[in-house]
Amino acid sequence: MISSHEVCRARALLPGILRRPESAARLPPERWDLVIRQARQAGVLARLCFQLDDLGLLTEVPERPRRHLEAARTLAVKHARDVRWELSCLCSALADRELTITLLKGAAYLMADLPPARGRLFSDIDILVPRDRIDEVEESLVEAGWGPGVKDAYDQRYYRRWTHQIPPLQHLRRGSVLDVHHTIVPPTARTPVNAATLTVDSLPLPLDTRLRVLAPADMVLHSAVHLFSEGEFDRGLRDLLDLSDLLSQFGRRAGFWQSLDSRAEALGLTEPLYLTLRYLDRLLALPTPAPLHDAVRRWQPPALSRSALDALFDRALLPNHDSCNDYLSATARWLLYVRAHHLRMPLHLLVPHLVRKSFRRPAAQENDDRRRRRAQVEQVLRAARAPRPGATTANAAQMRE
Amino acid sequence: MKLSAWSRAALWERLRNPGLVLQTGPFTSRVRTSIPAVADGIFLLYADYSAPQGDVFADFHIALRQPPGLRRWFRRQVSFYFDGAAPFKPLPLAQALPMLEWGLNWCISNHAHHYLIIHAATVEKGGRAILLPGPPGSGKSTLTAFLVYNGWRLLSDELALLSLEDGSVSPLARPISLKNKAIDIIGRRHPEARMSPRCEDTAKGTVALLRAPRDSVARSHEPARPAWVVFPQYKAGGDGRLRPRSKAGTLIDIGHNAFNYSVHGKRGFDLLSQTIDRCDCYDFCYEDLDQALAAFDGLAPVPALAQAASA
Repeated sequence: MISSHEVCRARALLPGILRRPESAARLPPERWDLVIRQARQAGVLARLCFQLDDLGLLTEVPERPRRHLEAARTLAVKHARDVRWELSCLCSALADRELTITLLKGAAYLMADLPPARGRLFSDIDILVPRDRIDEVEESLVEAGWGPGVKDAYDQRYYRRWTHQIPPLQHLRRGSVLDVHHTIVPPTARTPVNAATLTVDSLPLPLDTRLRVLAPADMVLHSAVHLFSEGEFDRGLRDLLDLSDLLSQFGRRAGFWQSLDSRAEALGLTEPLYLTLRYLDRLLALPTPAPLHDAVRRWQPPALSRSALDALFDRALLPNHDSCNDYLSATARWLLYVRAHHLRMPLHLLVPHLVRKSFRRPAAQENDDRRRRRAQVEQVLRAARAPRPGATTANAAQMRE
Repeated sequence: MKLSAWSRAALWERLRNPGLVLQTGPFTSRVRTSIPAVADGIFLLYADYSAPQGDVFADFHIALRQPPGLRRWFRRQVSFYFDGAAPFKPLPLAQALPMLEWGLNWCISNHAHHYLIIHAATVEKGGRAILLPGPPGSGKSTLTAFLVYNGWRLLSDELALLSLEDGSVSPLARPISLKNKAIDIIGRRHPEARMSPRCEDTAKGTVALLRAPRDSVARSHEPARPAWVVFPQYKAGGDGRLRPRSKAGTLIDIGHNAFNYSVHGKRGFDLLSQTIDRCDCYDFCYEDLDQALAAFDGLAPVPALAQAASA
């Protein structure tokens, strides 16, 4: 049994190194085992590699863990290359439409050359287009080879009716996934956001004026609302680091803190910003900048809710790795998942949705089982007709032997 | 310390907790399981491998466990876990041992991007290696098994690891996965070779794992230079002759057979084209293993000096 002291040490390990990469040089070699595992789980291996390399410390890392850092960096560089290519395909696909395309999250960081882009692994590309143009955008993208990434009819309806995006599109040949949004929070959220306010202030990219990115304050607020309202925390620590990067980058600009404060108020996004500042402090020991002290006092919830939120987020934002999880971690993640949905939609919509989701999942698994059984039977039949070495099924293709 | 020095009981104990550390080629894996067939399989197939003890760095933390739920008792299953996460759907429990091998291959091809990884068997003689790329069913594993029990050294039966620094192939001598008829063919020709029990009805048909030759395991630190690329094809009536093929075509075909070619971008292209430039490239259609051995031995004649020394 792992003692609670061990868990505390393990939990402090990765945040400590990300905060002070220079401390990695003093790490005993066997400790690297856990650092690599946690960093991989949190999606920050490549980021750590860049950080260490910047300080000239990468060569100090023992060879075996260093290989994992470098391999992750190689992969992240490939992702960045791929995203640039996908965006150029996207621009060609939409070239005929006179349209403002605003990049969100990772794609925006990459194209605007912002620090969170370094070492980032991309799972999809997020763009924002005007709501009244979204149908024609989808049409052009489908013509260019993107197809529905979600096949289930209920999910298709759910995305279109209740969320701030159309169902994810996946390119039929390249497999890239594209999320086309018309605003940054669901229309059913307690504080809906009018996307026009965001696009008016968005900024063109210096190298490619067809593409725009959100203004600094909006970019931070979107990153914050995404982290604290999506309900998925597998990349929680990474997202928190994104925010710390953005704040330290933009914080040098005159007037940024005031604009962040007033923008959060205007868009009704003070809660996610408050949570961002709180957990940057608690998890990464990054104190709230002085210009926001007053605002934080205004925004903070009562002490009891604060401790409840701490109990949940302190667990959920750590890497979802055995070494960091305790007996409450899974429950904490589940409660935050429910909380996120509750923020996104009122109860009379939420309850039927969650009920449906919890019943759909086993049904989908059952289907998979059936498909697999059928494949096995077919295989036996094939073998009976003509023995063929190396007949493959979906499972084998997945594993590539 | 070699695994063969351990008692079966000690091995079982380790596998349960804190995991058995296995050194296979350049990779260290910590394996946890309490499934008897896997423990026995490891005991049989990995006897010659080094199994360091204590707090060592492991590249991959893997476990084979029965997934929770009803299927623990009824139509039992096994899941492969990579550091706590299950990247694949469960398989029938009887396929646990092949799943360990498939899972390890997945770990390597998905994470070891400090190599250019080609889906090819690789054998070596005199410091020079043959890359044998080929889709499942081309007879690649059978040919490899026969070659490595007849004077060639096993580098890998599945994953050719090309170093990005110097283009050499790193050895990854692991059990060879024989399928269907190949199990009997190799069993008949080499009764001394140790094999795992057969697993019926896997995605690839019947599978048995063949222990890697001891000498190949012992020389896991000696890289080799790629000298030939041979695309094998088992075919009734195949004449067992090496037919030269174009280098440009080989570059394209081998690119399709690489796991992480696109990950490396231009660097991967440069490495692969330099490698192909230095290699002789052939198509090889064969029916008879002895014929195949003769053809391959013809590529790498044993130098007269070495022959004299061994006489």
